[in-house]
Amino acid sequence: MTAPSRPVVGVAALSAGFGDRTALRDVSLALEAHAVTAIIGPSGCGKSTLLRCLNRMHELGAGAWVRGRVTLDGDDLYGPDVDAVQVRRRIGMVFQRPNPFPTLSIRDNVAAGLDLNGFARAERDDRVEAALKQAALWNEVADRLNRSALALSGGQQQRLCIARALAVEPEVLLMDEPASALDPIATARVEELIHELKDRLTLIVVTHNMQQAARISTRTAFLYMGELVEYDRTEALFTNPKERRTEDYVTGKFG
Amino acid sequence: MGTSLPARRRLARRRLERTGDTLYRDALAAFGMSVAAALGIVAAESAKLAAPALRRFGIAFVGSTQWDPTADRFGALPFLAGTVLTSAEALALALPVGLGAAIFLSEMAPARLRAMVRFPIEMLAAIPSVIVGLWGLFVLAPIMRTRVEPLLARTGLPILSGTPVGVGLLAAGVVLAVMVLPTLTSLSLDVVGAVDRAQREGLYALGATRWEVIRRGVLPAAKSGLFGATVLALGRALGETMAVAMVVGNSPDMPHSLLATGGTLASVIANEFTEAVSDLHEAALAELGLVLLALTLLLSIGGRLLLRRSVR
Repeated sequence: MTAPSRPVVGVAALSAGFGDRTALRDVSLALEAHAVTAIIGPSGCGKSTLLRCLNRMHELGAGAWVRGRVTLDGDDLYGPDVDAVQVRRRIGMVFQRPNPFPTLSIRDNVAAGLDLNGFARAERDDRVEAALKQAALWNEVADRLNRSALALSGGQQQRLCIARALAVEPEVLLMDEPASALDPIATARVEELIHELKDRLTLIVVTHNMQQAARISTRTAFLYMGELVEYDRTEALFTNPKERRTEDYVTGKFG
Repeated sequence: MGTSLPARRRLARRRLERTGDTLYRDALAAFGMSVAAALGIVAAESAKLAAPALRRFGIAFVGSTQWDPTADRFGALPFLAGTVLTSAEALALALPVGLGAAIFLSEMAPARLRAMVRFPIEMLAAIPSVIVGLWGLFVLAPIMRTRVEPLLARTGLPILSGTPVGVGLLAAGVVLAVMVLPTLTSLSLDVVGAVDRAQREGLYALGATRWEVIRRGVLPAAKSGLFGATVLALGRALGETMAVAMVVGNSPDMPHSLLATGGTLASVIANEFTEAVSDLHEAALAELGLVLLALTLLLSIGGRLLLRRSVR
């Protein structure tokens, strides 16, 4: 496996699970800055758990435990004086099912993270506009920012959630199957967006769709039964896998 | 050429299914209508019973502060005021406790504690109101008289003035709070627990603290349900009879303070109906029942309208 040139997120000997169940076993990898890393693997392989360990969302579940190290720009995210809330402000997240806040307008949805930090009115509007533009949603909603977020289509809602995550200017954006609940056209728009966003930040995308991983990512990690089987440049992993299990999975023999 | 046998059989079965659907729908419609009909019958019967009082006093009944059965003078205002005051007090006391308990149990307590506490809360709702009334009379009232009311009277507020006697509107409000608390807590817990996990995660992922998740995510999403729980609790408080009759003091005077004795629409009906001194007295009590019915209806309709506006 070739090491990434500019690692930003480091994972070392990470294990995690719930109660006596282990979902992730001794995973180590370095994730490249300003790139898209895809995490693939069959259902239950631990890919979502890995993602949720990176912004300390995993520990919110009942009985959740984590061992090992995660670093962001060298800072230990699980250090004794590190507040999980601060970690989540540096590492944003987008979920499988679009989850806009139903009682808030489009504008207030995007500003939700800003409001937690108490931004001034003027700056707030500017950042809402900037985030919506980055999420390629501005042209569709500019004339109805005060309308309910639920009036948007599923694909628009997902881009709204991306805008919401971008508004607080995170260094890393985690995406957990961001397009699996969307139709093909909306999926294409989200993939396009992922391409554009990697100039600004580091993206880590969990997907069960191998074609999608191949299209969007520069590097791919293949997880199987909680273990990291192979991690390489996407092209190499798909065309010339070194591990038998990777080859079987990417050629569709199981999964 | 006719249709083949299996096709005809299929058609016949389809027709039968359609008849079944129609029957089912009509039966359900009848059940639905019977609920509205029951309300109508109750209102009509009460109105018939109340007819003499309705003829004699008209709408002025609601605004009159006189309740003197021996002089044939009847007015609903003292009891209307007693009902509103005790129910408002009950909600003011029970709402923060019930909502707080629900939020704690749903958002902070471990799942095992939540399961352990849930059962006793629901058991509490099953305590007969006469038992709560006895507790109110023998345990609560003495404490109110010797400790709580002297303290409140010292504030000098007109609503809290008067001689501490223990029984009265204030004690009745506390008893009502105890009675609506289990329902309020249990319903609120359901409502808060039903808030989509994705909503909480969305806020956590933006770097919200637990308190911010509750305030900005859980409570707004649960708002309409919590409002519904409150209206249900208020409905129970307005109509509660036995426990209130035991501690409210049962005086027909217009209440000037929460420390005063008084009565509620429901408690005075229970107290006086079997001992009504005249037909007019009985009719006036029935009219109190109508006022209570109107109050509850108004409340639930108003509640629904408010709810619709808040949900958008």
